[in-house]
Amino acid sequence: MTDRRRHHDMGGLEDGPVEIKEHTSEPWEKRVDAIRSLLSDEQRNMLSVDELRRAIEDLGAEAYDRYNYYERWMAAMTNILLEKKILGVDELGRKMAEVEARQGNKPL
Amino acid sequence: MSARYKVGDTVRVRQAFPPGHCRTPYYCRGKSGVVVRCCGEYRNPEYLAYGTYDGPEEPLYRVQFMQTDMWDDYSGAPHDKVEIEIYEHWLFPETS
Amino acid sequence: MSSDHHHDHGMYDSDPLHHHPPQPDLEDTPLTHHQIMQIAVGELLIEKNIISADALRAQIEFQDSITPSRGAELVARAWSDDGFKGRLIADSKAAGYEIGMDVGPVPILVMENTPTVHNLIVCTLCSCYPRFLLGIPPDWYKSRSYRRRAISEPRKVLSEFGTDLNDSVEIKVHDSTADMRYMVLPMRPAGTDGMSEAELAGLVTRDCMIGVTVPEGSSKA
Repeated sequence: MTDRRRHHDMGGLEDGPVEIKEHTSEPWEKRVDAIRSLLSDEQRNMLSVDELRRAIEDLGAEAYDRYNYYERWMAAMTNILLEKKILGVDELGRKMAEVEARQGNKPL
Repeated sequence: MSARYKVGDTVRVRQAFPPGHCRTPYYCRGKSGVVVRCCGEYRNPEYLAYGTYDGPEEPLYRVQFMQTDMWDDYSGAPHDKVEIEIYEHWLFPETS
Repeated sequence: MSSDHHHDHGMYDSDPLHHHPPQPDLEDTPLTHHQIMQIAVGELLIEKNIISADALRAQIEFQDSITPSRGAELVARAWSDDGFKGRLIADSKAAGYEIGMDVGPVPILVMENTPTVHNLIVCTLCSCYPRFLLGIPPDWYKSRSYRRRAISEPRKVLSEFGTDLNDSVEIKVHDSTADMRYMVLPMRPAGTDGMSEAELAGLVTRDCMIGVTVPEGSSKA
């Protein structure tokens, strides 16, 4: 793969057989889709699907490959919200710590 | 902006490889095909992706390519085709 | 809300009787980093009144309501009515309104399979999909293998789905790169004369509207 071909731009590359798997939507995934739809709707118009795609493409090859579809969308959406100052890094960090503690997870 | 191309025109995709967001796939860069549909005008995703929501609208075309032109080792039937939507600024007229 | 409930259920409250419905992804297994991120972002957006818990719930309900039966309904009507078929192919939005269906804000082009042309849909760059007609895409559609190979070796990919087409049938692959979405209008199988639209819709699977299969009973040339 040359440097000129961006990592997500994969049409025509070789790969193994398609693993024919369905998708069972988990609740958190539905919330990712829903939040995305609401933030990009005409009323709020806070982000565009194009920005989200760009942010996914910019996650880097390793993250792109390691994250699943919804993890990529969530990571990208968060990055865009931070970039646009809709959310702040500090408040997000505090809220994530609170969520983790609330759920009884061991701290990372 | 009025459309530069019409259905039936032969066009070639520019051989450019910018980093950054665009929706013209790598595999069609530099390839030649035929306009099969004028899709209308839409905002350029290359602007939308970086936060410009009110940029100019631009003609979008559906361009049809022969698979045997697209891939050196195409193993399907010789009349197989691929159709891609490409924004006008990625195309130039093919003069044969 | 009853007075002894002090915490805000926010986006998790899906039961008007105010019970806690099982939330397996929250309570039974440790949350992943991205799940934590999602919950935190959602809560912050609600706290800032950027979205409301009600709007989120309504959006999820709406998403859940969209299944491939919507696409199948359009196909079944097109099979039953040549005039509708023509209008569907020309303008799916207008045709949808004829039967009280909003196909959504993104243009969806309906590609008709014929005895000489078979259509296949992919999005090589991400996973664009006609969600308003087919719902959530299957994992395989979003997979690396499908995105890489459907565009360059469609016949091999179709074989993996059990669909083998004679070389006399042209395969046309559509890469959803920009603002249009695509849905395949499969050919009506033989032996279906006299079937009602509802019965016909039952033959139309999601996979044949993506183009990796054909409806049962179809000839494969």
